[in-house]
Amino acid sequence: MELLLHQVLAGIATGAIYACMALAVVMIYQAIDHLNFAQGEMAMFSTFIAWQLLEWGFPYWAAFFVTIAVSFVAGVLIERTIFKPIHNAPILSHVVVFIALFVVINSLAGFIWEFTIKPFPSPFGTRSVLGSGLLSAHDAGMIGIVVLILLLLYGFFRYTRVGLAMRAAAANPESCRLVGIRVDWMLALGWGMAAAVGAVAGMLIAPIVFLEPNMMLSILLYGFAGAVVGGLTSPAGAVLGGFAVGIIENLAGTFIPYVGREMKLTIALALIIAVLMVRPSGLFGRKIVSRV
Amino acid sequence: MTAPFLTARGLCAYYGHTQVLYDLEFDMHEGGITTLLGANGAGKTSTLRSLSGMLRTAGEIRFDGTVISGKHTEDIARLGIAHVPEGRGTFVRLTVQENLQLGAMTRSDRKAIADDIERVFNYFPILRQRYYQQAGTLSGGEQQMLAIARALMLRPKLMLLDEPSFGLAPLIVQELFGILRTLNRQERVSLFLVEQNASLALELADHAYLLETGRVVLAGLAKEIREDEDIRRSYLGY
Repeated sequence: MELLLHQVLAGIATGAIYACMALAVVMIYQAIDHLNFAQGEMAMFSTFIAWQLLEWGFPYWAAFFVTIAVSFVAGVLIERTIFKPIHNAPILSHVVVFIALFVVINSLAGFIWEFTIKPFPSPFGTRSVLGSGLLSAHDAGMIGIVVLILLLLYGFFRYTRVGLAMRAAAANPESCRLVGIRVDWMLALGWGMAAAVGAVAGMLIAPIVFLEPNMMLSILLYGFAGAVVGGLTSPAGAVLGGFAVGIIENLAGTFIPYVGREMKLTIALALIIAVLMVRPSGLFGRKIVSRV
Repeated sequence: MTAPFLTARGLCAYYGHTQVLYDLEFDMHEGGITTLLGANGAGKTSTLRSLSGMLRTAGEIRFDGTVISGKHTEDIARLGIAHVPEGRGTFVRLTVQENLQLGAMTRSDRKAIADDIERVFNYFPILRQRYYQQAGTLSGGEQQMLAIARALMLRPKLMLLDEPSFGLAPLIVQELFGILRTLNRQERVSLFLVEQNASLALELADHAYLLETGRVVLAGLAKEIREDEDIRRSYLGY
C-alpha cells in the first residue's frame, strides 16, 4: 500500500512535466489544427536562452519572463517567415517542415551551446515537501504553475473574443476571413503563445532532466500522449492526461512484471493507441459531430 | 437614379491559369435583390468568390464608392459585405452562440452585439433554443439559418448568398426565402443571390442576370424574365 502511494506521488511529479508539455501541444493544436513536432525543440531552445541569460547574471525571474517574451516573438516570426508561404499546402508539407524545424533547432542549440549536460536552477528549491523526497518543492511549484497557465489559457479561449477568433481560425480559416477575422495574425498569435507556453514548460522541466539539446525528445512523446489521452481540444484534459500518463507509467513500471524502467516509453505509446481506439477525441475532448 | 451600389466592369476570374469568368458586367442598386442564375459550372459561385476577394481577378469591382477588387477578403468583409458561402461555412465545432459572436467579430460594441443577437432571434426563433448547442448538430435548414444569422451580425450593407436553398426541403426553402424578403425590407440589407432554383429566385429578386460558361448572356428585370416564355424554356428549363 505504501509502495503504491509512493509510486502515485512519484507519478504525479513526473506527470507534471508531461502535463506542462501537453499544455503546449494543445495550445498549438488549438491555434493551427496541427501537431507541431518541433514543439519540444522550441521549448529546449527557449530554455537555453534562459540559461544564457542566467549566465550573464540576470536574476531568475527576470530571465524567466524575458525568455517567455523572446519565445513569443520567435514563435510569431517562425509562423510569419516559414509557415506563411505554405499556408495552403497539404498537411504533409507542414509535417515535413515541422521535422525540418526539429532538426535545425536541435543542431543549432548543439552548435551554440554544445551537447554537454548543463544544470538548470529551480526557482522553488529542491527540498522535499511531501513523502520524504517523492514530491519536492520544485515539483509542487511546477504543478502550481501548470495549473495557473491552464486557468489563464482556459479563460483566454473561453471568455475572450480573440480566443474565440483563434479557435475559429484554426478550424475554418476561409469562413473566418468572410466574417472579417485576420486569420494570418491569429495563426501567428497562436504560434507565439504556444512558443511561450513551451518556454515555461522547458524552464520547469530543465531542473529535473538537466539541460541539453536532446532533453525534450522523449518528453515531447509523453506530452503528445498526455494531450491525446486528455483530448487535443481540451487544455484541462491535456493536463489531466499528462498526470495520468505519469502515474500510469510509474505504476506499470513497478507493478507489471517485465515492464520495468526500460519499457516505460512503450507505455506512453500503448496509452495513445488504447485511448484512440476507445475514445478518438480523448477522455475530455469535445467530440466533433456534424450533420449535413 | 441612385448612385450605383455594386458594379462590376470587365470582371474576369481565374483558378490558377484557368479562366472561369469572362468580362462580366453587372450593376446593383442599394436595397435591391439581384439574383444570378445559371447551370452547374456557369460561374455563379466564382462570381461571389470574386466579389469577396477569394479568387484572382482582373477588371474592376466597386462597392459603395470604393474599389474592392484586389482587396483582402477580411477587408472586404469589414466594408460591410457578408458572404454566406456554398456549404454554409458554419463553424461546426463551435456553439450557436460562438458562431453568432464570430459574425460580429469586426465590431466592438458589446451592448449592440447583444441586442443584435436578440434581433436575429426574432427572425430565427429556433436558434434561441439551439443557443448552446454545437453548430454541427443542427439540421441542414437550421444551419443555413445560422449562417444567415451569422452574416447579419456583421450588420452588412450587402449580403452575398450562395445557393441558400441547396439540400433543403421545399417547405424550409419557402420559409427561408420569406425571411430573406423580410430581412431585405426591414434591415435594408441588399441581397445578391446565387441560385439554381430559378423560379424561386426570380420571385424574390428585382433584377436577374443569367450566366453561361462564365459570361453574362442575359440581364434584366426579374419580373420580365419570369414572364418571358422563351427565356424560361431555353435557359431556365421550367
